[in-house]
Amino acid sequence: MKRLLFVLGLLSLGLLTVSLLIGPAAIGPIESLEAMVAPADTPLALVMQEIRLPRAILAFMVGASLGLAGAAMQGYLRNPLAEPGLLGISGSAALGAVLAIQSGLAAAFPLGLPLAALSGALMGVLLITLLAGRQGGTLSLILAGIAISALASAMVSLVLNLSPNPFATSEIVFWMMGSLADRSMEHVVLALPFIVIGAVMLLGLGRPLDAMTLGEDAAEALGMRVASVRRRLIVGAALVVGASTAVAGTIGFVGLVVPHLLRPFVGAMPGPLLPASALGGAIMVLLADILVRVIVPEADLKLGVLTALIGAPLFLHLIYQTRRTLA
Amino acid sequence: MSLLEVRDLSVSLGGRPVIRHADLAIGAGEVVGLIGPNGAGKTTLMRAALGLIPASGESTLAAMDETARARAVAWMPQDRHIAWPVAVEALVALGRLPHRPWRASLTTEDHRIVADALRQVGLAGFEARAATELSAGERTRALIARALAQQTPLVMADEPIAGLDPAHQMSTMQTFCDLTAQGRSVFLSIHDLGLAARYCTRLVLVGEQGIAADGPPGQVLTPEHLARIFGIEAHLSNGKEGPVFQPLRVLGP
Repeated sequence: MKRLLFVLGLLSLGLLTVSLLIGPAAIGPIESLEAMVAPADTPLALVMQEIRLPRAILAFMVGASLGLAGAAMQGYLRNPLAEPGLLGISGSAALGAVLAIQSGLAAAFPLGLPLAALSGALMGVLLITLLAGRQGGTLSLILAGIAISALASAMVSLVLNLSPNPFATSEIVFWMMGSLADRSMEHVVLALPFIVIGAVMLLGLGRPLDAMTLGEDAAEALGMRVASVRRRLIVGAALVVGASTAVAGTIGFVGLVVPHLLRPFVGAMPGPLLPASALGGAIMVLLADILVRVIVPEADLKLGVLTALIGAPLFLHLIYQTRRTLA
Repeated sequence: MSLLEVRDLSVSLGGRPVIRHADLAIGAGEVVGLIGPNGAGKTTLMRAALGLIPASGESTLAAMDETARARAVAWMPQDRHIAWPVAVEALVALGRLPHRPWRASLTTEDHRIVADALRQVGLAGFEARAATELSAGERTRALIARALAQQTPLVMADEPIAGLDPAHQMSTMQTFCDLTAQGRSVFLSIHDLGLAARYCTRLVLVGEQGIAADGPPGQVLTPEHLARIFGIEAHLSNGKEGPVFQPLRVLGP
């Protein structure tokens, strides 16, 4: 277990470094790393510190958020098909972002879009806590999440439908594909507190989620307060997913595939899967963000498109492998 | 010493009263069988006594906080679903959770208790097998081992021997009886009245929205109770083979 976390941590740090070294500006690796710590008065130092560094950090943060939230959701719902988007948080964050683009708020000041997306996510959390936070089993949580997702996507469609401005429409469509291009340190600072608090809440769920393997009743009798676990899960997942969506758009499949890939390495226990999945998610998003810059550097391939392109076949392969045990 | 005391317990599910004014006490060294027809409220009574569902009245277990309760009673629900393909050993080790500090790994003592529990249910050698790949009966036994590994004074189990083969039904009941030697008690719901008569030190009959009878098997499995609560007629004798119970026919309405 410790070895797995060590290997994953090493891999993610390695990819973080590679991510710093890749970009349209052809700069040597040693030179780049030197510029990272140099005073920010040369163009090279600016590129490294203002463009590549936030991008790499965000890839790590967003990936870790999605992997961790996915593992926690699957553990709580006792279902390998659960994913962070299930709560409707990413949907409502997207709605906030879309409204910001449409209303011109996003163009008015740099953080207008992520702030609006965060407010959307908070609205989503409020709704899902009201609908399923206090009581009710896992099923009511899933249904409430589906309802909120559907409502949010209907509202997004409505905005697109009535949008008189084709530029705003295309901007919305591209934003929803998810990307980490052209993000600044301000994005990092905005998302970091939410992600840190949410991650701490989720990582603390290891023990109760292990007990949940036996079902809610048995977990309760093992001394776990299932209702409080549900509240912490909802709020923790909403914080990390809401903040990630706010800065990166919707990035699918990470939270679904990563826990699934790593589960065999932690003896299938939901608790140890949490930190492993966080690192695994960071690795996947860092890798995908490197690939979008390497495969077609001139075409601005969107990150969310690539994660889905990698994730879906990977997932199909996993289902094909495990279909006997899933039945 | 009383391990569970329930006074004036009433439970309603969906506005319909299921149990009314039940009183029950379980002392040390007992194997108490909870019997009654389908839907009589056996599971409801057990869950309410544990404090897992809201109920009026008092229960010593429901009054405890979660941590204290987890060290006072182990609960094996009827739900046999195991969510993840965890190893059998890790599954049984979940029973050690209430005794382990946060993030601490299993001690040698924990490993010994887990191994003992696996041996008691006849699953020694299954340690590394994925729990989801076990047969239904093996899975049930693994879950019994999980409850045993919790090492609580009282073990409560909802139909623990349902679905087991005759040998394992009897050996499981014997395991429960052996716990009484250490002063531990078992409170289990059971449909096999024959095994209940032979192994339980006491039977609690649930019917007519409450506890209809409570006492030694011979005093509970009377023709009058069987006819009124179960609607059956049965043969019960106590010869040199011990109590022998055999249901004979269903009584007409």
